[in-house]
Amino acid sequence: MMPAIMKQGKWAPWLYLLPALLIMALFIAFPTFNTVVLSFMDRTSTQSAAVDCVQGQPCWGIFENYRYALTNSIMLNALSNNALWLILMVPGTVSAGLLFAVLAERVRYEKIAKSIIFMPMAISFIGAGIIWQFMYSITSGGGQQTGLLNAIIVGLGGQPVAFMSTYPINDFCLMIVGVWLWTGFCMTILAAAIKNLPSEVLEAAQVDGATGWQTFWKVMVPLVMPTIVVVTTTMTINVLKVFDIVFVMTGGNYGTEVIANRMFQLIVTDTGRSTAIAALLIVLMIPVMIFNIRRFQKQEEMR
Amino acid sequence: MNPLRTLNRIFHALPINLALIIMCVLWIVPTLGLFVTSFRDREAVRTTGWWTIFTPQPVVGETEYTTYCASCHGAKGNALPQANLSDPAIVNKYQRDYQLLAYLKQPINGQPHVQNPALPGNPNQSLPILGKILVYMQKLSSGGAKGPSLTLSNYVDALVGYKGTNSYLQDCASGNTAALLGLNCTASDLTSPAGMGIAMLNSIIVTVPVTLLVITLAAFAAYAFAWLDFKGRQWLFAILVGLQIVPLQMALVPISRLYSAVGMQSTFLGIWLFHVGFGLPYAIYLMRNFIGSLPKEIFESAYLDGANHWKSFTTLALPLSVPAVASLGIYQFLWVWNDFLVAKIFLTSHPVLTVQITNLIDPRGSNWNILTGAAFLSFIIPMVVFFAFQRFFVRGMLAGSVKG
Repeated sequence: MMPAIMKQGKWAPWLYLLPALLIMALFIAFPTFNTVVLSFMDRTSTQSAAVDCVQGQPCWGIFENYRYALTNSIMLNALSNNALWLILMVPGTVSAGLLFAVLAERVRYEKIAKSIIFMPMAISFIGAGIIWQFMYSITSGGGQQTGLLNAIIVGLGGQPVAFMSTYPINDFCLMIVGVWLWTGFCMTILAAAIKNLPSEVLEAAQVDGATGWQTFWKVMVPLVMPTIVVVTTTMTINVLKVFDIVFVMTGGNYGTEVIANRMFQLIVTDTGRSTAIAALLIVLMIPVMIFNIRRFQKQEEMR
Repeated sequence: MNPLRTLNRIFHALPINLALIIMCVLWIVPTLGLFVTSFRDREAVRTTGWWTIFTPQPVVGETEYTTYCASCHGAKGNALPQANLSDPAIVNKYQRDYQLLAYLKQPINGQPHVQNPALPGNPNQSLPILGKILVYMQKLSSGGAKGPSLTLSNYVDALVGYKGTNSYLQDCASGNTAALLGLNCTASDLTSPAGMGIAMLNSIIVTVPVTLLVITLAAFAAYAFAWLDFKGRQWLFAILVGLQIVPLQMALVPISRLYSAVGMQSTFLGIWLFHVGFGLPYAIYLMRNFIGSLPKEIFESAYLDGANHWKSFTTLALPLSVPAVASLGIYQFLWVWNDFLVAKIFLTSHPVLTVQITNLIDPRGSNWNILTGAAFLSFIIPMVVFFAFQRFFVRGMLAGSVKG
């Protein structure tokens, strides 16, 4: 960072910063601390969470809301689903995005192809949920299947599947929507990184007789690895926060619950549990936060 | 060029093209399905798949007409000038199959109305045949076989928030006020509380001020971070990097408690401030990276010419960062436009588009046609913005993930 070169009043910087800092303090910093405080209180935020303890049953005292967040069966379902989303969707979007970025670069219709993959980013997650619910829909009672997937299944001689209410198929169906939405994001960022690679390196690999496959794995992937890491961390955050898709498609029913939806469902009825789940969410994100700050500091040193 | 080599190259490129095209088709089909459906009427949506509009459907009554009538009236119905079946004035006299049957039983010019071959004598058998012939004759008289009928009624129904089982325009035409549920068939229906019309207005009222506010506040802060010296600048900015990741779920409960304490629940001011708060960390970060990369010399020479910071901010930094402002603006606009969670909690009495769509969902799934219209109404503005300014949007996204 360059030093300032102009004279300035002592308070000038703060005049520029103050409006933004005030709003961020009020809407991000204060609520974050407040949420942690509220998570130790009961459902109406009036007394300690310990009052919810029932005699003869397990009790974590003031951490009672965290007992719910970590041991309740529906929360266990949510936690395991978020883990599944992480395990499948993050690699799914990143590798699909990388594949498409690499392949699209070699054809003349690159722009159109990329726009098609990227287009879902323009629409709301709610809209995407509607689009896919229509794909997955089932007609019961013998009528013609109006959902494309069930029409194909029936056309091939199978029985129609209730995609949204059959566990665990519904979980995978929701993740497909996530992949459909986010692959464009990963592709765009990875494509920009690939375009920035020095062409001499790739040419040198070819001159040395490397096959396309070898060039990809041994040269390209290591070179864009920093970007792959960035995309992976961003996707991790997005997946931990996943909410709209689940809310609109299954409402978290039939075994598809996720953390953010549980938090939302409890906002009105139980602020204690709701804030405990929110606190759990940010605890899960702290490693990414630290990682990002470290990365930023390294970059600043190189400037 | 050697033709063999060209051929060879085409075959080498084949798997790549195939993979790309398959992926593109997979990506576009779901949206296409919803788009096509949004133009089909309720009955068609309920009974057949959207893809059937691309496959030729058997024309109802064509075989029956050809068998019984075409030998005299001709394939197009106009072979007999005195009984021209392509004339709507003649065909519309017979709306029902039994009317046509009664007519056929009457003699024509003293002669029986010939059918070749003869229709079954039993009306139970002949009426279904005549019903189909009638449909075909109506088609002939309205200018030949038409394609599948497409309609805009789903969009109209979604705009006004129609909840009946027919369609808004039909119910208005027939004066079926019971099914209209408070809609009164005037222009005021466009802003009826359950419709997408008012929701679009609400979305605009939410999104535009947020975008402008975020850009303005971020520009000020970014200038300070880039070109002003103050204590703690480095670690304040590092905190900002961390704040980008704080999930907005952290603020939902505290801020709704705060808003109900000060009477700001469900106000536009409340949602503006919330969105601005969570938009700022990324916005400042993006703007600071851009403003900070402007050449130092221009600021120095401005200083030598007597400019102060305010002047160099307004006359140098701001005009030069138009590309960054555009990227940030598009990014922020789409983000807020597509938000559901914040609007659902902080703007309950003024539903935005995403919230209104979920209000329209019928748990029995009987109004898919209206939902498809509603969904595309909510897509229009972001799609236009996206395709018109895709370059800027991508840049806004990249600024945070690659350089940063």
